[in-house]
Amino acid sequence: MAPLIVNEIISPDTNLLIAFLIGIGFGFVLEGSGFSSSRKLAGMFYGYDTTVLKVFFTAAITAMVGMLFFSLFGWIDLDFVYINPTYITSAIVGGVVMGVGFIMGGFCPGTAFCAISIGKLDALAFIGGLTLGIVFFTEGYPLFEEMYKANYLGTPTMNELLDIPRGVFALGLILMAFAMFWVGEWAEKKFPREEY
Amino acid sequence: MSEVKKTKYFNPYIGGVLLGLVLLAANFVSGRGLGASGAIKSAVVSTVNTVAPTHAENSAFYKNYNETHENPMKSWLVFQMMGVLVGGFLSGAFAKRLKFKVEHSPKITSKRRIIFAILGGMFFGFGSQLGRGCTSGSALSGMAVLSVGGFLTMACIFGTAFALAYFFRKNWI
Repeated sequence: MAPLIVNEIISPDTNLLIAFLIGIGFGFVLEGSGFSSSRKLAGMFYGYDTTVLKVFFTAAITAMVGMLFFSLFGWIDLDFVYINPTYITSAIVGGVVMGVGFIMGGFCPGTAFCAISIGKLDALAFIGGLTLGIVFFTEGYPLFEEMYKANYLGTPTMNELLDIPRGVFALGLILMAFAMFWVGEWAEKKFPREEY
Repeated sequence: MSEVKKTKYFNPYIGGVLLGLVLLAANFVSGRGLGASGAIKSAVVSTVNTVAPTHAENSAFYKNYNETHENPMKSWLVFQMMGVLVGGFLSGAFAKRLKFKVEHSPKITSKRRIIFAILGGMFFGFGSQLGRGCTSGSALSGMAVLSVGGFLTMACIFGTAFALAYFFRKNWI
């Protein structure tokens, strides 16, 4: 049955309309969870506010478990769901560069758009920076192409890598997330906190 | 500082479940996850195509992109990001958080905050292209489909930010 677009249950134009509606949900939840505040986002790295950790991992395990059950019920064919390809070098270098950007700028691209929607001008500056950074990449692409394409592994998933069933990995991740939530709650009690 | 003011934000676990459901819906309907940086890339490519068409034809990145994408702005992520602006605005309006301001630690000036926001954005923008997606597209959406690359990128983003937090503490606390 699903994904609906792949099985031509909806048209490409309907898919774009749905993208817009999904975006509304995405923006609404991000803003409502406090992701429009850079100090709240950065709080994660100092322990005074671990909202990011809680929202991020709860969302990841919810979607993961949802897809697992949908696939079990035969509602979705996971073979047609996009799996992000793995290029070891660029995943690591790109991630590290993004981490630098995160602690300096206090936003990531999605949260910056969410923040500009309620008038945060620091988010506008961040988006200006994002655009410059992207232009730097697209203009300098021949310089980075080799690194960009190095160590390609295809589209492996974590359970394939560890050679365990998908459900077992999911359970492990859920337990790990719960352990992190516990640490997060502990850190918030330990470090002073204020709302922004 | 230790006094906890009443917050109008969602409980983070409920917010997380809702975000997870949005991500699940994206996968169910469109067979893909959420994203953000890809929409800016579309805008960049589209701008270059319009402003400097000869450059776009002769430069490797734009050439590849235009060969595989009919119209860079008619993309799933561009429409999704327009929705994000609407959704964020609605949430802010309901919670009475709509206000133009530069948010920063009382220890730093607005100017310093803006400079760091631009610099941080540049790093993040560049990294998101190299890493094939940002926190939304690569880390969150990648993790939900158990992509090895998604987990790796997520660990590198948060790990690096944690490792450098000490050096930038004045900006935040």
